[in-house]
Amino acid sequence: MTSVTGVSAPDPSPTSSVASRSTGRLGDRVFSGLSIGAGTLVVVLVLLIGLFLVTQAVPALQRNEVNFLTSSEWTVSGEHPRFGVAGLLWVTVVSSIIAMLLAVPVGVAVALFLTQYAPTWLARPAAGTIDLLAAVPSIVYGLWGLRQFGPVLVPVQQFFAQYFGWIPIFAPNNGLSGNVSTIFVVGVVLAIMILPIVTALSREVFAQTPRAHIEGAMALGATKWETIRTAVLPFGKPGVISAAMLGLGRALGETLAVTIILATLAPGTPWVASLFNGGETFASKIANNAGEFDTPQKTGAFLAAGLVLFLLTFVVNAIARIVIERRKAFSE
Amino acid sequence: MKTQRLAVVSSLALTGVLALAGCGGGNSGSTNPGGGGGETQAAESGDGNCFSGNLTAEGSSAQKNAFEEAVNLYSENCQDAKISYNPTGSGAGIKQFIAGQVNFAGSDSALKTEAKDGKIEQQQADAACASPAWNIPMVTGPIAIAYNVPGVEKLTLTPAVTADIFTGKVKTWNDPAIAKVNAGVNLPATPIKPFFRSDESGTTENFTKYLAAAAPKNWTAEPAKKWSGKGQGVEKSAGVTNGVKGTEGGITYTELSYAKDAGLKYAQIDNGAGPVELTGESVGKAVAAAKPAGEGNDLKLKLDYATKEAGAYPILLVTYEIVCSTYKDQATGTNVRSFLTSFASQDTQTAIEEIGYAPLPAEVRSKVETAIAAIK
Amino acid sequence: MSASTPKQGRPDAAAEDVRTLEATPSCSATRVVERDAEPAGPAGNPRNEGASGHKSGGRAAADVAARIIMWGAFVLAVIPLVWILWSVVSNGLELVGSPRWWSDDAAGTSARRPGGGALHAIVGTLEMAAVTALIAVPIGVLTAVYLVEYGRGRLARLVSFMVDILTGVPSIVAGLFIYAFWVTTLGGQRIPFAATLSLVLLMIPVVVRSTEEMLKLVPNELREASFALGVPKWKTIVQVVLPTAFSGIVTGILLGLARVMGETAPLIILAPYTKYLQGDLFANLMATLPTMINDNRTEVTQAAIDRAWAASLTLILIILAFNLVGRLIARTSKVKA
Repeated sequence: MTSVTGVSAPDPSPTSSVASRSTGRLGDRVFSGLSIGAGTLVVVLVLLIGLFLVTQAVPALQRNEVNFLTSSEWTVSGEHPRFGVAGLLWVTVVSSIIAMLLAVPVGVAVALFLTQYAPTWLARPAAGTIDLLAAVPSIVYGLWGLRQFGPVLVPVQQFFAQYFGWIPIFAPNNGLSGNVSTIFVVGVVLAIMILPIVTALSREVFAQTPRAHIEGAMALGATKWETIRTAVLPFGKPGVISAAMLGLGRALGETLAVTIILATLAPGTPWVASLFNGGETFASKIANNAGEFDTPQKTGAFLAAGLVLFLLTFVVNAIARIVIERRKAFSE
Repeated sequence: MKTQRLAVVSSLALTGVLALAGCGGGNSGSTNPGGGGGETQAAESGDGNCFSGNLTAEGSSAQKNAFEEAVNLYSENCQDAKISYNPTGSGAGIKQFIAGQVNFAGSDSALKTEAKDGKIEQQQADAACASPAWNIPMVTGPIAIAYNVPGVEKLTLTPAVTADIFTGKVKTWNDPAIAKVNAGVNLPATPIKPFFRSDESGTTENFTKYLAAAAPKNWTAEPAKKWSGKGQGVEKSAGVTNGVKGTEGGITYTELSYAKDAGLKYAQIDNGAGPVELTGESVGKAVAAAKPAGEGNDLKLKLDYATKEAGAYPILLVTYEIVCSTYKDQATGTNVRSFLTSFASQDTQTAIEEIGYAPLPAEVRSKVETAIAAIK
Repeated sequence: MSASTPKQGRPDAAAEDVRTLEATPSCSATRVVERDAEPAGPAGNPRNEGASGHKSGGRAAADVAARIIMWGAFVLAVIPLVWILWSVVSNGLELVGSPRWWSDDAAGTSARRPGGGALHAIVGTLEMAAVTALIAVPIGVLTAVYLVEYGRGRLARLVSFMVDILTGVPSIVAGLFIYAFWVTTLGGQRIPFAATLSLVLLMIPVVVRSTEEMLKLVPNELREASFALGVPKWKTIVQVVLPTAFSGIVTGILLGLARVMGETAPLIILAPYTKYLQGDLFANLMATLPTMINDNRTEVTQAAIDRAWAASLTLILIILAFNLVGRLIARTSKVKA
């Protein structure tokens, strides 16, 4: 795909007239200038956000008296600020992993279903409904998750706690498995929230699989599933990864749904591995306290947490990018 | 061709909007501290007290319901007045007031006069107003200790037991400490599940102030907007209330109006002179005992949380309106004065009593009215 | 929107021919590599298709299993999604059905005073969405064009990476960033326009990513055919590439719009809620549906809860309308063969 532009230098064929050539060149210059400008603007914006986070965070970090990455304390005002993000990192990552584990396979399967299996009478309205659900605001997912869906998940939590309680992540955790406001529930709600996004984008990509690829596979006698595996999936893979990354971005940074559902822990609560526990993610921590950002030091501490989230996204995306690049190298 | 035109149009639109953004930045570059929104539209009407235009306030969520009620009563007479209140929290209200984003702030505590992280709120607010900023107590409300224990209709708590419950020392409802002050009540062995506010809140601050004052041995943490006890944190008053409602054995502290709306039972408090039920009367008695502090028209109320007065419900919250004594924009000053006069009036104060707040005691109210009349 | 038609653009017959010719060998190449990279399938071994080409029992079983799994996944996904829609509709329908909802603002209502309208919030949401799209769509689409059509080397990789980062900026951080920029640095007032700037930050990556994916899917042969006819590159992009990918781009824009229309956190920071109808993007307050939901969800009274659900339903209906319009545009503006 990178060769798209490599081959085709903007050199018109010799037959075109001089006039059209010069307007073509001017148009090319303007258009490429605009698109480079837009790309550069995006770079500048992200750098500015990074700069903003760093300048706000660094003074607070310098006064911090505990290790920022390994501590779970959170005392941000006063003479002796002590704050660290270990707890936030755990909850953010774990809830997002749950969300991805559920949403990506199901989302891709639904997208395949809609493009390859579903009869047209079903595919169109179903696709429309799923697009629509990508539009439901996260605040609504939060309300629904807390009031209607969460209570239904509680028996599931209790089942896991009872039969798989020996696995640390399913430990009953003093009966908190009977609670709605857990990391587990948040993870599942996040999964439902990003499912439409993953589905909608994957579906778009799968639908673009060249007919010839599919027909080629079929002509060789492949079953439908083999056709999907050999033609549709490889073709859509970068797009699916991209869709998953968009979903992950949403899950990692989701603010209101998490704030509404997840119970926070009292200060000083020891860390446990159980998913049936409260906690805070980076974004919910900031949101819970944004109303009281009254001093630079306090603001700085919270934005330092925001900076970690920012870097976390950086790392995750870098990994995804490497995966995509390697796949490309294989398939070209 | 169509799409080409589209691209041209959209790129034109882009540059247009960017240019617009530049203008916007330039135009609103001049802050007008304490005289934020609506300064351009606000126009004082000649007759009476009404005005037309916007008035904006922001701050404590504890006074949101009272504020809305006051606005509704005010707009019955003055339909053109658009008064908005955003319950983002006391700290946010003060911050926006200092930054000149709102006309006045609602806060659960008066502007601080001592330095915190190198800043003194009172000085900043004075500077933003270019005149002294005043704290005007406007709404008082009881904090109820709401619980969900089936079968327990009446519950009495002492400050010490309350502190022990919220620090996790007392773990079950039939703990001897609770049984001792609740003779004759059949207490179950259900574990106690305390709920606290996960957001920073004036309600938490006032509740912990009470615990620290009335049970200093049992509650040793510094009173603060951020919770320092045990339990699980849920966002906002509605969150903790719903949390208790849905959890057997749950207990929380919340504004009375939320406990009432959710149909929760709330405890009587025994500060040493016998159990006191939470009623308008018992709250009024405690508010009346509050001592005015501050000078001149800058009014603060000092609550006596450890009061042993018989029949006074001691867990209270006072919320203030923080205003400029002299607004840079005269019309804004007039509008603030007009609305707050109505807010402090007997009618409004009686109306907010019905929704779970307590009216200002007469003595305090007359001082408040004097102060409001002096706002320019 | 294109579930049944994988290819929208049919620019000209010549390109079509080139494409078919080219596609077949490249397809089999992909297949071969794919086989090597991924050994056996989850059920059965599809490689023993052997000489006859008849489908063996194992392969057929795998095919049936896949079919069942796909149906199962669909049903599994549809349950919560339909449930949430049903919750919103059943709880919100009563208020949304009243004519006052669409014609009045919420003046005079409170947590205890039921009723009121949402006109103020609808106006605010639409205005903000329009301005956000006006800024974010050109930037987003042009960035995607840059990445796919022009981008080479370091800058392209940097841009692409930065877009990924932007997807991960939590909405509240975007809000705080614009607050720091607009209020703290420029000394401006909190105004709805500033809130749209933070929404732009959130919308750009969605538009870029989806547009980029769609542009990549436009067959290279189309471009080459166009160049061969002497069409300059920019015209090729505007007249061949973008129209071919148009329906996918519209989907991406709608996804982005849906996201920003439902975004709450930056609006709380930059465009405080008001109960009154206020349409000026440069005035102090502006109601939007998300902030209206937020204002009402923190109450326990039925009046407020009803309003929160009704506002959610309204928002979903608006986005549904957008989707339908978008679909119509995508269908009517397909390039004719």
